[in-house]
Amino acid sequence: MSRHVVVIGGGPAGAAAAESALRHGATVTLIDSNEALGGQYNRRIPAAYGVRQPLSIGHGYDSAARRARLLIEHPRCEYLPLAAVYQIERGLDGACPAVRLLIGVEGDRRVHRVVAGHALVLATGAYDRVCPFPGWDLPGVYTAGAAQTLAKTQRVLVGRSVLLSGTGPFLLPVAQSLAENGTEVRAVLEANPGRRIARHWAAKPWQLRHSAGKAVELAEYVACGVRHRIPLRTARAVVSVAGDGRVEEATIARLDADWVPIPGSHRTVPVDAVAVSHGFTPQHELAVAAGARLTADGFVRVDESQRTSAENVWAAGEITGIGGAQVAAVEGTVAGLAAAGAAADRSLLARHRTAQQFVARLAAAHPIGPGVLTWSQPDTVLCRCEGTTRAELTDAWSRAGGDSYRPAKLATRAGLGPCQGRMCAANIEALRSRLCSDGAADDASPATGLAAASPAWRPLAAPVRLREIAELDNEGPS
Amino acid sequence: MSPHLIPADVDPVGRADRALTVTVDGVPMPGAHGQTLATVLLAGGRSQWRTAPSGGSRGVFCGIGVCFDCVATVNGIPDVRLCRRPARDGDIVTTQTRLSGDAR
Repeated sequence: MSRHVVVIGGGPAGAAAAESALRHGATVTLIDSNEALGGQYNRRIPAAYGVRQPLSIGHGYDSAARRARLLIEHPRCEYLPLAAVYQIERGLDGACPAVRLLIGVEGDRRVHRVVAGHALVLATGAYDRVCPFPGWDLPGVYTAGAAQTLAKTQRVLVGRSVLLSGTGPFLLPVAQSLAENGTEVRAVLEANPGRRIARHWAAKPWQLRHSAGKAVELAEYVACGVRHRIPLRTARAVVSVAGDGRVEEATIARLDADWVPIPGSHRTVPVDAVAVSHGFTPQHELAVAAGARLTADGFVRVDESQRTSAENVWAAGEITGIGGAQVAAVEGTVAGLAAAGAAADRSLLARHRTAQQFVARLAAAHPIGPGVLTWSQPDTVLCRCEGTTRAELTDAWSRAGGDSYRPAKLATRAGLGPCQGRMCAANIEALRSRLCSDGAADDASPATGLAAASPAWRPLAAPVRLREIAELDNEGPS
Repeated sequence: MSPHLIPADVDPVGRADRALTVTVDGVPMPGAHGQTLATVLLAGGRSQWRTAPSGGSRGVFCGIGVCFDCVATVNGIPDVRLCRRPARDGDIVTTQTRLSGDAR
């Protein structure tokens, strides 16, 4: 009997894993939350939009479309689009975890499935991290990913005059998407100093030999920036925005190497939107639920075959480190192969090694500076859902014994709103470990009997309505 | 209001929008098949439609279903993320608030 590999995620990593497992004889179930394969990078304009040139925007659409066709038509591949995996159940005695999912549009009656294979590949991706600054909760502030997705796949531009701020090469394609469709991009602000970026990108150039495609893409973004006269400034950031009910102006400051704003360097620019990305947060709820250990910086820990610390569970793509679509595809290929029970050849191993080096280089060139924690003010909202301010959290932490994650959460409701901490938990945890004396307060106590509260722990990985749970009970186990 | 739809006649992807209408808090709003409810609202000039407990306005923030800033009631079902919900002709959207003392 061939091995049954379950892949969660239809982006570059998941699609590559599914293809590679199929090529090595496995039966594959490919689960994706979107309506079409491609993930965020190759997210397409919905079919219902009726466009005549759907592939004229974005990179790698042709090859992604070819891969999607292969997967959808493959006789050994079951493809489940619009599928929200809401829970993972760990297997007993080393069995592969079972995956519970709801298929369909949220709000409609969805179909429930439980899928358990011999191996599980998690390729759930990442989303923009935005560190709080005064005004970041005003309408008109978007994540850079939102600005990109709205422009590319919904043809909606977030503003007429926009500043992009944050760190990493991702800001450049966002600038391109906006500028080429008529937005005035006032500037792309990279918070890290140019010398740090240059040092890490210029080092060991031979490691970049498999990244020629990325270099071409980068050159195109730079050419677009020149064509549209978009200033690219390093060591600068939007540190606050203001306006009457929505963004009307943004304040830019020069930053030192730690991202602390330099006094006297502030200047204000009129804009109607700001798009921000201070790196990415891995979407690792399912990996944590499966029992996979994380690295110190919060990514899923994997070995040279992308195997996690959980038995029969592999991980690939942005949940294991930020490297972009090409790196994700190499990692997915390796993971799919290993999950199917095959070994990688020398050429794949070599590409995998350089992919890992690319991830490390990106992380070294574009870290989040600790000074970002000075940008928020006492009245700055840190938890967007619950409206918890920085002062409310620091007050909770200043009370005796209240310096760990869970008590502050319970006292202030930070992280307990609808998004369950997806946007705020990493920022609040960073602030807590900076401000609280012992740095790594562990609130797993014999008194509560609870596991250590982790910003990553969300037992229900996707929203499920009580009505849907009630209906599951009526239907019995499926 | 700054978010706006690229006009179909100048869009290089060559759009042929098929019209639909949704109702937002009782007001009809035009959209096109393929849009999400979030972009129907954005393109229609509404960049905010939810009130947070702090009183702050929320609309689209992450755009991909992670942040839940954009939730609203759709056809009687509360807390639907509009950025992930394809618009359908005749959808009835009711905005939500979490300001204390407000029932909605």
